[in-house]
Amino acid sequence: MFGNLKHLNKYFRRYKTKLLLGVLFILLSNLANVYIPLNVREGVDTIEQTGDYSTVVNLAAVLLAAAFLSNLFRFFIRQTIIVVSREIEYDLRHDFWSHIQQLPLRFFQNNSTGNIMSHATNDIASVRMFVGPSVMYSIDNGIKFVLTLAVMISLSPMLTLYSLLPMPLMSLVVYIVMKKMHTKYTRIQEKMSDLTAKAQENFSGIRVIKSYEREEYEISEYKKESGEYLNRKMDQVKLQAFFAPIFMMIAGLSAIIVVLAGGNMIINKELSTGVIFAFMLFLMDLIWPMISFGWVANMIQQADASMKRLLKIWSEPVDISNNNVDDLITSITGDIEFRNVSFRYAENLPWVLKGLNLSIKQGETVAFIGSTGVGKTSLINLIPRLYDTTEGSVLIDGVDVRNIPLKVLRTAIGLVPQENFLFSDTLANNIMYGLEKRSEELVHKVSGIARLSKDVNSFPLAYETILGERGITLSGGQKQRSTLARALAIDPKILILDDSFSAVDTNTEEEILRQLKEFMKNRTSIIISHRISTVKDSDKIFVIEDGKIVEKGTHEELVAKDGVYADLNTKQLLEKELSEMN
Amino acid sequence: MAEQKDDDILGKAYDSQLMKRLLAYVKPYKKYIIIAIMLNILVSALGPLRPYLTKIAFDENIANKDFDGLLVISAVLLGSLMMQALIQYFLTYYTELTGQKIVYDLRIQLFSHVQKLALKYFDKTPVGRTVTRVTNDVDSLNDMFSSGIVSIFSDIFSIVWIFIFMFAMSWDLSLVTLAVLPALIYATFLFRKKVRENYRDVRKHLARLNSYMQERITGMNVVQIFSKENDELKNFSSINKDNKDVNIQSIFYHAVFFPVVEMLSAISLALIIWYGGGEVIQQHLTVGVLLAFFQYTEMFWRPVRDLSDKYNILQTAMASSERIFNLLDDNTIIQDPENAKKIKDIKGEVEFKNVWFTYNTDEYVLKNVSFKINPGERIAIVGATGAGKTSIINILTRFYDIQKGSITLDGIDIHDMNISELRKYISMVLQDVFLFSGTIKSNISLGNKEITDEKIMEAAKYVGADKFISQLPNGYEEIVKEKGATLSVGQKQLISFARALAYNPQILILDEATSSVDTETEILIQNAIEKLLVGRTSIVIAHRLSTIQNADKILVMHKGELKEAGTHQELLANKGIYYKLYQLQYKDQELKSA
Ligand SMILES: Nc1ncnc2c1ncn2[C@@H]1O[C@H](COP(=O)(O)OP(=O)(O)O)[C@@H](O)[C@H]1O
Ligand SMILES: Nc1ncnc2c1ncn2[C@@H]1O[C@H](COP(=O)(O)OP(=O)(O)O)[C@@H](O)[C@H]1O
Ligand SMILES: [Mg+2]
Ligand SMILES: [Mg+2]
Repeated sequence: MFGNLKHLNKYFRRYKTKLLLGVLFILLSNLANVYIPLNVREGVDTIEQTGDYSTVVNLAAVLLAAAFLSNLFRFFIRQTIIVVSREIEYDLRHDFWSHIQQLPLRFFQNNSTGNIMSHATNDIASVRMFVGPSVMYSIDNGIKFVLTLAVMISLSPMLTLYSLLPMPLMSLVVYIVMKKMHTKYTRIQEKMSDLTAKAQENFSGIRVIKSYEREEYEISEYKKESGEYLNRKMDQVKLQAFFAPIFMMIAGLSAIIVVLAGGNMIINKELSTGVIFAFMLFLMDLIWPMISFGWVANMIQQADASMKRLLKIWSEPVDISNNNVDDLITSITGDIEFRNVSFRYAENLPWVLKGLNLSIKQGETVAFIGSTGVGKTSLINLIPRLYDTTEGSVLIDGVDVRNIPLKVLRTAIGLVPQENFLFSDTLANNIMYGLEKRSEELVHKVSGIARLSKDVNSFPLAYETILGERGITLSGGQKQRSTLARALAIDPKILILDDSFSAVDTNTEEEILRQLKEFMKNRTSIIISHRISTVKDSDKIFVIEDGKIVEKGTHEELVAKDGVYADLNTKQLLEKELSEMN
Repeated sequence: MAEQKDDDILGKAYDSQLMKRLLAYVKPYKKYIIIAIMLNILVSALGPLRPYLTKIAFDENIANKDFDGLLVISAVLLGSLMMQALIQYFLTYYTELTGQKIVYDLRIQLFSHVQKLALKYFDKTPVGRTVTRVTNDVDSLNDMFSSGIVSIFSDIFSIVWIFIFMFAMSWDLSLVTLAVLPALIYATFLFRKKVRENYRDVRKHLARLNSYMQERITGMNVVQIFSKENDELKNFSSINKDNKDVNIQSIFYHAVFFPVVEMLSAISLALIIWYGGGEVIQQHLTVGVLLAFFQYTEMFWRPVRDLSDKYNILQTAMASSERIFNLLDDNTIIQDPENAKKIKDIKGEVEFKNVWFTYNTDEYVLKNVSFKINPGERIAIVGATGAGKTSIINILTRFYDIQKGSITLDGIDIHDMNISELRKYISMVLQDVFLFSGTIKSNISLGNKEITDEKIMEAAKYVGADKFISQLPNGYEEIVKEKGATLSVGQKQLISFARALAYNPQILILDEATSSVDTETEILIQNAIEKLLVGRTSIVIAHRLSTIQNADKILVMHKGELKEAGTHQELLANKGIYYKLYQLQYKDQELKSA
């Protein structure tokens, strides 16, 4: 039934000793605890029957000693079992994260950040609740129940039977209510996460919302969602409100029965008053296990569902695997070849690349050009294995990239993604992100090449400027140049620039390209751009259309060829000439 | 940063200033609260009544072997129990209802307030933090309203009742039983202090953990591209460990506190037996009184034991409400003027007069910028990155306010207009593309009912986006993932361009709107919107000169200053910055085509 929780065994095993100790402490604590009501009984009976005060005083002292032991062990229970639950939480989260980090880009594009976050927080939290409190209470209550019941029966089987009469019924009610609550609770959680996602997206896209005056609309949408949340919550409250009354009824009914039935037995001289006292105390010990039975059952259910979700993430294939690698490869030179590469994002989506072939020699600078959405970004993402080809293979130095250790492959590639992402850290730390060792000197050098230095010098804190989330406080071009500097800093064998100058003016771009020329000597470079001015000096230009290379050659060759590229060239020229005729 | 401190707010359990403000939110639901308090007084007397009844049962019925009397008492006991349970149900329901309603109001108010905040606020505040305000912080207020305040009332009432019954039965036994009370109060006080500090650490470390994960998840491709998984895992482990450590610390406090409380309660029991036992032997007291006292100790101890929980709830709520009120008091709002000037049907004349602007107070990003755009003109802004092009747009739409100078629209200072009025006439394609999760359609219309499906498709056609949209499995209904993750960058730009056109603006602003789009498509778009925008003003920022050379006027920005302005020809003849740019971009092509 709760098969998913089986997977926790390996974690439990790690803390076996502590857990076993914890169970032992539970047992000891409960054993000592039973003596409290027993002493009360003897005390009361002594008072009533013999009136021997010194015995009474002794019994009170023994009671204190029992209570002391019981509570001492309580301290150790928390210090073992609950502490272990935090340890396991740590381990779970650690394993979760180290797995997440290996998941392919695909996973992050198909799952929202909020969704992944909720696994890392809510799901792990609810599994911890199982590992800690649920386990502790189940064992504790189990032991307490058996012990207390045994002692009660030994005192008076009949009264035990009577007084426990309402309990099974009530705990059944608790269980049913709990079960119903569970679905309601899930519905509330769902709404809450909608609500959170809505706020998250709204605040991230606030610039768009403001420029299109959509604030009122967004508020009304948010109101709708909040209203729905309120309804679902109150729907649950209707049930939840039963708990306190049920609790009262169990405790109260049993106590009344003890008074009535026990009183009758006293009248008939079948029972001593002390037993009634003891029963009153025992009942208080028993109520909680009864109540918590439903509560724990529910918590286990939740933990099981959470564990299932976590396991699903764990079983997400690391499809960019490091399995078939040749560990002898420790560095790469930089020849790149695409051999019959076909690629699509999913089976139900159209092919992006269709049997594409190309080769790039070490040290060459090549450019890709092609219309929007033709697959340029997809193509270069195959080189550092952000995605793997669907068919065919990408080879570096004649070796399939799938056989090159990921770390070797990726540290040799400096990729500037089309969409820049910067951490909310200092500019210097962002530029040094890929480095093993910090080097201010290097930061200055690469910033010089990326033409970032002149901007940075005008910042009051220069490289120590802390960037806003995703680099929000930089201009578009500054962001692009920072990510360029970051890629240059790792001294890559292969440099890939995916439309990295789109927000940079031609003048600065020209300067950067001039500086890069020096840098790119002996490195393989790939440039994607829509500007002829950016690509014209490349050793080779590839024109992509319909998933294939349709033209390749130098600028001159392609212009002479009178094909797609030449057409593009004249289009830009035409524009220019038209304007000159005005 | 000032905002950062918010997370360090410790919170007192009770802060009269905050409470006063919170009470304002309770006011609309005064009726519920009053009902709840009345029910509370009732219900809290019923509980303590029962031990007293059992005393009577013992001393009068059982002692006198009066079974019928015992039956009657039992019936009364049952009646009071059922009544208490019934009242308790409604009590819980109504307090929860009140709490939820208050929280709803507050959440909407908060969200609406955030919508009004200026971009300055968003520049310095991580999104996650604001989200926490409208979710977690608001929720902890609910805890306070529903389980905090009301149950504190009920605890106080029942403690009072318990005292009344106890002292009525035997004041000396009461004093002896309660002898441990000072120790209990002291222990609670000590615990509270420790937990309070620890609680702040717990919160801080959790926030750190979450924001760390959040940021890495968003930027996971960067982590992977740079092969930083191992280093990141190390960082993560240390944050994770800190989080574990503070939690284990908190376990320790709980592990000490709860047994101590239990121990004190056992001492009370022992005291009852020791002192009460003596009294009974000397026949000063009856056994029934002892039994009642046993029950009262248990009853009395429960609220006290819960007190630390309640204290936590209150303290959390106070800290949350302080953060919430700080946000509500944040007045980085670009205000509407008092007597806004109404405009109907603007012509689209824009003028900047000696405008100075900076984001922070350090250095001006725009310095003494002046220019005029006539109605219907097409203006282009060019300049190096960081020259201040986007900033010009930002202040024209009042995303930020300027420090000196004036900006007018049709001769009216934009600061004298309602912002909504102003933005209604302007559509812009922002440099940073943002798509919402939803569908392609909803991303173009942004939920505006006036934008029909036809309009959406028409706009998409204008920007040449319909081609790729129609190839998607679900066309315009295709699901767009968070931030448009499954579209190419150029495609995203086209969609946000279509959005601007669908809104059919008087003034169109394009901030590098086609920077990632191929030239062919770009020319297509240009031709299309040329027809669409006859008679309307447009402002275009672009780097590819082919995009801008047809503009009526080109503004050349350099380091925050407007250096040149004029038509393409004029600027070329000028042989200034623009001329240089032009040369750079076209020199090779000219050579070759010549
Ligand atoms: N993660 C993804 N999932 C599904 N489809 C995608 C994804 N990324 C890109 N696409 C689609 O693949 C095609 C090629 O995209 P891309 O390589 O980004 O084009 P570009 O040449 O503009 O860089 C586009 O049609 C785009 O919509
Ligand atoms: N939100 C912001 N907060 C602080 N500084 C900013 C912000 N946005 C831009 N800047 C700074 O203002 C300057 C001008 O930026 P911007 O107008 O975006 O340039 P661009 O001409 O490239 O569009 C840059 O130095 C940039 O770092
Ligand atoms: Mg691309
Ligand atoms: Mg800009």
